[in-house]
Amino acid sequence: MRAQVSAERGTTRWGHFQKNRQLFILSLPALLFKLVFNYLPLIGLIIAFKKFRYDLGIFGSAWNGFDNFRFFFVSDNAWRITRNTVLYNVGFIVITLICALALAVLLNEVSSRAVKVYQTALFLPYFLSWVVVGYIALSFLEQDRGLLHQLWTFFGLEPVNWYQESNRWPYILNAVNLWKTVGFSTLIYYAGIIGISPSYYEAAKIDGANRLQMIRKITLPLLTPLIIVLLIISIGGMFRADFGLFYFIPNNSSFLYSSTDVIDTYVFRALRSVGDVGMSAAVGLYQSVVGFVLVVASNWIIKKINSDNALW
Amino acid sequence: MRTEKGSIFRVVTHSILGLVAVAMILPLVLVVAVSFSDENTVIRNGYQFIPSEFSLKGYQVVFQNPTMLLNAYGVTICITLIGTVISLMFTAMIAYVMSRKDYRYRRATTFYVVFTMLFNGGLVPFYILIVKYLHLKDTMWVLFIPYLLNPFYVLIMKGFLDRLPTEIIESAKMDGAGEYRTFFRIVLPLSTPALATVGLFISFVYWNDWWLGLLFVNQENLVSLQLMLYRTMNSIEFYAANAQYLSGNVDISQFPSITTRMALAVLGAGPMMFVFPFFQKYFVKGLTMGSLKE
Repeated sequence: MRAQVSAERGTTRWGHFQKNRQLFILSLPALLFKLVFNYLPLIGLIIAFKKFRYDLGIFGSAWNGFDNFRFFFVSDNAWRITRNTVLYNVGFIVITLICALALAVLLNEVSSRAVKVYQTALFLPYFLSWVVVGYIALSFLEQDRGLLHQLWTFFGLEPVNWYQESNRWPYILNAVNLWKTVGFSTLIYYAGIIGISPSYYEAAKIDGANRLQMIRKITLPLLTPLIIVLLIISIGGMFRADFGLFYFIPNNSSFLYSSTDVIDTYVFRALRSVGDVGMSAAVGLYQSVVGFVLVVASNWIIKKINSDNALW
Repeated sequence: MRTEKGSIFRVVTHSILGLVAVAMILPLVLVVAVSFSDENTVIRNGYQFIPSEFSLKGYQVVFQNPTMLLNAYGVTICITLIGTVISLMFTAMIAYVMSRKDYRYRRATTFYVVFTMLFNGGLVPFYILIVKYLHLKDTMWVLFIPYLLNPFYVLIMKGFLDRLPTEIIESAKMDGAGEYRTFFRIVLPLSTPALATVGLFISFVYWNDWWLGLLFVNQENLVSLQLMLYRTMNSIEFYAANAQYLSGNVDISQFPSITTRMALAVLGAGPMMFVFPFFQKYFVKGLTMGSLKE
């Protein structure tokens, strides 16, 4: 009897697979790709606990416990790069959110032909590589010739050597990042807004609501789920930085490390210039774990407030 | 009274959007303007939006020895074409499967893909995997394989496919079409806006990539456009800063380093800037993140 049941269950499970086989095969290339390039490297995380040697490989290298982490956390680097990464990302998230929402709401108020023109302009920087943006930044910041230098002297201010004064860089990087990425976020919010059923607005119009009231009472509340999904995703990335921005815009100038060095640039340098594989793996693991905790935590908090908005 | 209020609102809206649009484009105009300027006037007057003296010298220098540039274009065009086609296929296939409400392993598949967005091994295991275990360093493969599937684009694609009416798929099945036929003959043709949007995003990722080259390429004939731009930016600075060490046959005072640099930037960014406006009409239709949430 029992054997019969399990045999039956076995066939149904196989039967289920048979029924879904074609769809499964469609997804197979992507599944295998993720397995090799995303799941296999997770095994490599044990490097963080090893004294890694290229010739011995991941499994042959000797264990050294938490030494890699200890080495990193006792240095001032740990605090500096963590602080930079988090503060920049908070700045990016808040500023981009506000600007993109405002622009999306404004776009919704103009005719569709005008939208196309503005959209093209807003989106253009998004499609430039960080190397090219680095060149553009240079044309503003270069000593003596740069546009900012001209502006500074025009107003009779003392010229600034931008690539050597670290205290100005939080503003510069925030501005550059906003310029490059705001178009993308704007478009996502705009797509969300035009997905809102026009009947809400018609009803509000009959009740005599003006434009600002409609924006506050209809557009923003209905966009909240989208805003929150994007917010959770960006909070998850709060421990990750856009390498290109922090590498090419400050031109890898070591004068600026105190305010431009982030976890990603630090790991890159530790791996490529210093060659400390074990420690860079440890920093990478620290980055991934904290990032993961942040996503789970923010999803949990949002679930507490309003479960409809949570990511899962 | 009402219309007047409305028109004031419209004027304000347009002026804000207009100002933002101008701010977006001006930095690009500056680079193009400098690339067409005369080197000496740039040194004298600084960067200007309108060249006080027009010159093509920057471009001349680049085209005098075009092998490097042409090779870089070749590499970049090649990986962009191959990478985009394969990546778009992978993305569409798994996104479609995830969008099918009757697919038994839908939730598991979605989790499997989204989890990689939240947690990953970081740079070091990835680097060692590619170099030591897959032996892809200094090969053409390494320039496109690692980007073949981006979960973010899968979600955008899925968001679009979610809204295709299920009746279409059901009726295809009634007519006796298998899953493959349904997908390739019916679903894909209906998804043109999403395919165009996601395809364009993917192609920009490939066109603009310097990261994989920076990590895995030393060989000269595999240097892509952006990597070449990066290397040139550094070597021009090197020559400018160390002019006194150069031997007599190179006249550094005649070398238009600034305008050459900007000309290269224009040549690196240019082609994609021309492609991109043609895809505009698909963007909003293709980019529906509203149903991203499960």
